[in-house]
Amino acid sequence: MRLELRINGSVRSLEVEPLKRLLDVLREDLILTGTKEGCGEGECGACAVLLDGQLVNSCLVAVCQAAGASVVTIEGLSSSALTPLQRSFVECGGAQCGICTPGMIVAGQCFLDSGAAATDEAVREAIAGNLCRCTGYTKIVESIQHAARETR
Amino acid sequence: MKPTITGQPLARIDGHAKVTGAARYSAEVQISGVAYGVLVTSACARGRILAIETNDAEREPGVLAVITPKNALRLPDTKVPENDRVVQVLQDDRIVYSNQPVALVVAETLEGAMHAALLVKVHEEKEPATVRLDDEIKNAFEPEPQSASGKKSADQVRGDPARGLREAAMRIDETYQTPYETHNPLEPHATTAVWNGPDRLTVYDATQGVFGVRKKLAKMFALPTGNVRVLTKFVGGGFGCKGTPWSHVILAALAAKQVGRPVKLVLTRPQMFGMVGGRPLTRQRLSVGANKQGKLTALRHESVSTTSRFDDFLEPAASVSRHSYACENMATSHRLVRLDIATPTYMRAPGEATGGFALESAIDELAHALKMDPLALRLASYAETDPTEDKPFSSKSLRKCYAEGARRFGWAWNKRSPARADGMLVGVGMATSSYPAYFSKAEALARMLPDGTALVTSGAVDLGGGTYTVMSQVAADAIGLPMDRVRFDLGDSEMPEAPRSGGSQTAASCASAVLLAGRALRDKLVRMAVADAGSPLLGARPDEVLIENGRMTANGRTDSFADVVKRAGGAPVEERARAGPDEARKKWSLHSFGAQFVEVLVDPDLGHVRVKRLVGVFAGGRILNARLARSQLMGGMVWGIGMALHEETVYDEKIGRIMTRDLADYHVPAHADVQVIEPYFIEEEDVHVDPAGVKGIGEIGITGTAAAIANAVFNATGKRVRSLPITPDKLL
Repeated sequence: MRLELRINGSVRSLEVEPLKRLLDVLREDLILTGTKEGCGEGECGACAVLLDGQLVNSCLVAVCQAAGASVVTIEGLSSSALTPLQRSFVECGGAQCGICTPGMIVAGQCFLDSGAAATDEAVREAIAGNLCRCTGYTKIVESIQHAARETR
Repeated sequence: MKPTITGQPLARIDGHAKVTGAARYSAEVQISGVAYGVLVTSACARGRILAIETNDAEREPGVLAVITPKNALRLPDTKVPENDRVVQVLQDDRIVYSNQPVALVVAETLEGAMHAALLVKVHEEKEPATVRLDDEIKNAFEPEPQSASGKKSADQVRGDPARGLREAAMRIDETYQTPYETHNPLEPHATTAVWNGPDRLTVYDATQGVFGVRKKLAKMFALPTGNVRVLTKFVGGGFGCKGTPWSHVILAALAAKQVGRPVKLVLTRPQMFGMVGGRPLTRQRLSVGANKQGKLTALRHESVSTTSRFDDFLEPAASVSRHSYACENMATSHRLVRLDIATPTYMRAPGEATGGFALESAIDELAHALKMDPLALRLASYAETDPTEDKPFSSKSLRKCYAEGARRFGWAWNKRSPARADGMLVGVGMATSSYPAYFSKAEALARMLPDGTALVTSGAVDLGGGTYTVMSQVAADAIGLPMDRVRFDLGDSEMPEAPRSGGSQTAASCASAVLLAGRALRDKLVRMAVADAGSPLLGARPDEVLIENGRMTANGRTDSFADVVKRAGGAPVEERARAGPDEARKKWSLHSFGAQFVEVLVDPDLGHVRVKRLVGVFAGGRILNARLARSQLMGGMVWGIGMALHEETVYDEKIGRIMTRDLADYHVPAHADVQVIEPYFIEEEDVHVDPAGVKGIGEIGITGTAAAIANAVFNATGKRVRSLPITPDKLL
């Protein structure tokens, strides 16, 4: 079926299978490979994107559910310069192998945009749906808290 | 010249690519005309494929092939290279473990291949299978020496352990068990295979070593090695499971040949349980004796670990006891047991992670039996030289690690810590960490370009530890350039050969080669300058030339690398160097050491354990970049938390199938499991280990952690858990 999506601000018209995973549309059809697949069943959060501002795991979203909606991926968070959160991930060592990183940053940005206080507990709760196998998490939490201090 | 950039805690240079999503991993390389492969795997653990119904799948639009043992291309060679793992690549009808590849669907689209794979019906003839260690332990056998880590023999004896035990004032004789575990890097295994003509193959693979993949593909497809090219620019974690090429790598190449199209094959998370290895189960008996002062009189460490029916992988768990403590009477042994499982493989700190749990738990038990501070008992048998090999350590700062860790943690030995006001039980524990310092042959090429920038290459990979960054730092210093004028590239089998990134050897091996190549290039440029009539440095002695930021200065006159290259015609000037272990290195016992201290809280009603604080102090030779090294160590320590409390690959023992086949059932530590993690270094100058002075830090963070946590749980609850993971049921 043909459907329209607003991806990172620009409208894309696509001819796709309606039940195709949004994740595969992003990665295979639109070559937006910043969104990662870690588990394919909503456990790891590597495929997190914003769907009309809501944090979702794109492996669990059929593309027809996103018809007419606005999707923001890691590629859509920054234009030429890095965002404060992206900068923090580089500076604080929040990224290691880099597979969980886009999902962590999308989830972290969603949290920062909510305006909630970036306490240790609140940050951990905000990214509870994102697994990391390399960093041991501490530096990811630090990255988000550092960005919160920079931007508020 | 004193290095100025190496050692600086710089941010990773691949950080920008990773935080923007621009970094392209193996599944993301864009190849025109690529088709998608999806595997179908076996249900039973042992048997035969009777028939595979492929009609429904083949009728689906876009399906290019359903490849089964019946119609698969015959490989010219089904044997794998030496020291590589046996694979199952649709060449026969045998089923040798559950979740083994039995068919491969290739289609125009990913969803088309996924759907068609569900339509393939496999009829299996089941044979009796067992995955229970107890059923087969009577058939335990002594493995061949070459399959043991470091080619050491399976058994070693020194002195008279039986007498040492008899004469001990206190003895501990206990059995410890570590479970099957699965690596689960967050990036799934992925291979894209492209044939450029009938005998030229290019493969983009999520691997820890491009040369091993090249070797295996070349052998199995009977191609000249030079006709196979393997690339990997970014790898999303490995931890051992991407160390050797598994079945899917060969199958991607086979499928691409069969359908005449490039094929991309990505494993699903459930397919990563078994097919790509995992940590084997170990059962270890520790018999330890000490005199009244806590000095060890005997140490016997016997390990049994599991392997498959068709391949030998030995987890060298008892090896850790060979160099840890001063003891006159020691015996270590390894035995293997065959089960109907997939072949296990190296998993972060193979041997030391599992063996260290048993040894460091037993040492703690001994200390408690003697009513001694476990740290004091360890110091009473501190090994000043390697007790098994009778060699000096190239460097050993463990005493400093103990002292610094105790100070940072506030270690105060109590036989039992008092519970908190809220009823939570509090416990403290500690353990020793260690891992061998491996150094393998590596080559690097350093090239000065006419614009005065350098390109340095070595075919290593970066699993996320920071190879791109630290090699750039080492190269910049070696050549005499600032960081922004050096580019280091890796991950291509066309580059100079580097070892597989495993065993914490990449920094040591690759940095040594980069260092030597960089220095050779610098020296060559100086020699060219002083012999060049067009150079202001003509006639200067090479040893009086000072180099800084790409400029050479002598006697008040200067020349630049860029000008030397331009005057020589503009072609890049290059030098290649090889680093590797020599005879002199064999005189030393080479290990990283560390000490970990932990505080746990245990809920007495729920049996739930939380690691409140984990302090680790590590001595791993020279630290090339403290910021990245701290990340590596923290990650390793958190792996230790996972090993202690969460991780277990659980088999259904009746059907031989892994039941924990995803991240919902196989528990890795999550944000909430991690509280305060504090890694520290003791820097060492070690001139014997390798030219770069690096011992490696990728594995040591996980060693000792599980024992420290188990020891703390004992301190909190009085319950000694000798079988990991320490789940609530074991404490209630």
